[in-house]
Amino acid sequence: MTDFLQLLAAGISIGAIYAMCAIGFVLLWQTSNTINFAQGEFVVVPAFAMVLFWTTLRLPFAVALILTVVVSALLLGFGVRKLLISRLLQAGVLPLVIATIGLSLLIRYSIQQFWTPLALPFPPLFSRVPMRLGGVILAWEELMNVAFAAAIIGALQLFIARTKLGWAMQAVAQNRNLATVLGIDVGRLVTITFVLNATLTALAAILIAPVYLVKYDIGIGLGLKAFYAAIIGGFNQMRGALLGGLLVGVVETLSAAYISGPFRDAAVLVILIGVLLLKPEGIWGVKEEWAS
Amino acid sequence: MIGRRAARRRLLPIAILVILALLPLGLEQYKLYVASLTLVYLIMAIGLNLTLGYAGQISLAHGAFMAFGAYAVAILGQRGVPFEIGLLVGAALAFAAGLVVGFPALQVKHHFLAMVTLGFNIMVFLILRNWESLTGGSFGISGIARPAWGALIFRSDRAYYLYMLGWAALVVVSAHWILGSRWGRAFRAIRENEMRAEALGVSLRNYKVMAFAIGAAYAGIGGALFAPLLGYIDAGAFTLDRSIQFLMMVVMGGLGRFEGPFIGAILVTVLPEVLRASEGLYLVFYAVAVILMMLFMPKGLVGAWDWITRRPAPGGATPPAVSLPPDPARPT
Repeated sequence: MTDFLQLLAAGISIGAIYAMCAIGFVLLWQTSNTINFAQGEFVVVPAFAMVLFWTTLRLPFAVALILTVVVSALLLGFGVRKLLISRLLQAGVLPLVIATIGLSLLIRYSIQQFWTPLALPFPPLFSRVPMRLGGVILAWEELMNVAFAAAIIGALQLFIARTKLGWAMQAVAQNRNLATVLGIDVGRLVTITFVLNATLTALAAILIAPVYLVKYDIGIGLGLKAFYAAIIGGFNQMRGALLGGLLVGVVETLSAAYISGPFRDAAVLVILIGVLLLKPEGIWGVKEEWAS
Repeated sequence: MIGRRAARRRLLPIAILVILALLPLGLEQYKLYVASLTLVYLIMAIGLNLTLGYAGQISLAHGAFMAFGAYAVAILGQRGVPFEIGLLVGAALAFAAGLVVGFPALQVKHHFLAMVTLGFNIMVFLILRNWESLTGGSFGISGIARPAWGALIFRSDRAYYLYMLGWAALVVVSAHWILGSRWGRAFRAIRENEMRAEALGVSLRNYKVMAFAIGAAYAGIGGALFAPLLGYIDAGAFTLDRSIQFLMMVVMGGLGRFEGPFIGAILVTVLPEVLRASEGLYLVFYAVAVILMMLFMPKGLVGAWDWITRRPAPGGATPPAVSLPPDPARPT
């Protein structure tokens, strides 16, 4: 039982980070119909930026963190939106999908070629001394990851629910035509969403870097998991992505421990395919929006 | 004049076939292998172009469909079953898998379909890698025999190339026939406007699933021909990356155009050879090329050629690509 609780905690901790990536994914989809196949690489770039600013240039942690977020927001948010997405939005979903696949390849192999093909170590952010809670041994890292992820997602939720900009985003997600008629500048909102997404992935990168190490190809797995999380939870709802992220993290951790057979990687996929067949809008998604 | 042009149109494929058949005489072993691989890719791309380019149903599972053909030939071959029977069984299995995967296509839209098929590809990969008693797991299956007709054995690389060329020609002709039939017209009608197609009496359900299944069956044939090429297959050959490669092939060639797969297949096999000198930078160049292409010629190379020569697209206007319904308020 204590084993189970420890695994559960580890799963929730990693799942909270997946959820951050998945929420960014969902926001992009909602406001701009962009399926970002480079979402994993959007985590890799800030992770490398953090390594550069913090461990290589030895800047203070807070400065490095702010620089990383700014670089990510400018490059992956504003830059990608202006250089790539603006032109492609008119071309339809498929060219956009292929272009983001191209972007993910470009980022991945540029880092491998021009920076390093090796895994870079990343110092732990929190004390590695375990703490006991009843009979359960928890790592500070796990607790703090969950706490920070909750704070970040909570702040984002407040932004969307309480600010004018947030209302405008909801309006665009619900009905783009109507939002335009109401005088909302949809193009500007798309840009803001891209910047928000890049900020989210930058923060997720800093939390996950000590767990995963920093390597050019970690984005493949991360991107897929964010993807799964978004589909399982519900592609058109932030709460769905949150649920999906946690579910993917927990199922993955538990199945790695308990399913000894060769199909341990398949547990998440079984859920994915089950959801797609039985409730394609996702466990917590809304049907009407994508039925049109 | 018109008669001469029609005659030329008819002669052109035959001339190309003759040139391709003479090709192995002048090629060294490695280049011949690349040419053979191009034939496999051509068959794969024709299948995907049917599913995606003509019927507008995105598939990220063509690598998995390919595996059905490859493993059918490999496993049945071990038990002494002739190659052609293995190929047909593989194509039939891929066809059946296409039916199963195509079924969700009835309910979901492009992006969800991308995810269903993506999940299916990963699933198939996991099964192939882990079902050791059948597939050899990560060790794969080696010593896959090339086809033999009695005393005539296509063992040498040249002979096998010609054998593959025969199948490729068959695939090209059959695809041409399907696309010219009412099936092809129904596929295009679905792509252009689902609702209108249905109103005109096209059964969406049947045609959508069939577009998937036929595309998958072609992939099965491609996989069956691929297996004896190196005589060795393992699960790693049929990953999601492979499916994405096929997708790029079709898009870069030109979606929904008959010439598209030819150009795409040549591009994807020849480009790495040309860029080989740049070593690892190849993938970086490749990625840049893909992005630039989507930015500046989303209709693929065929589309770019049309634009250069200003020739109207044959068979009426062909829209750029699979697209969402026009949305006046799309952000720009």
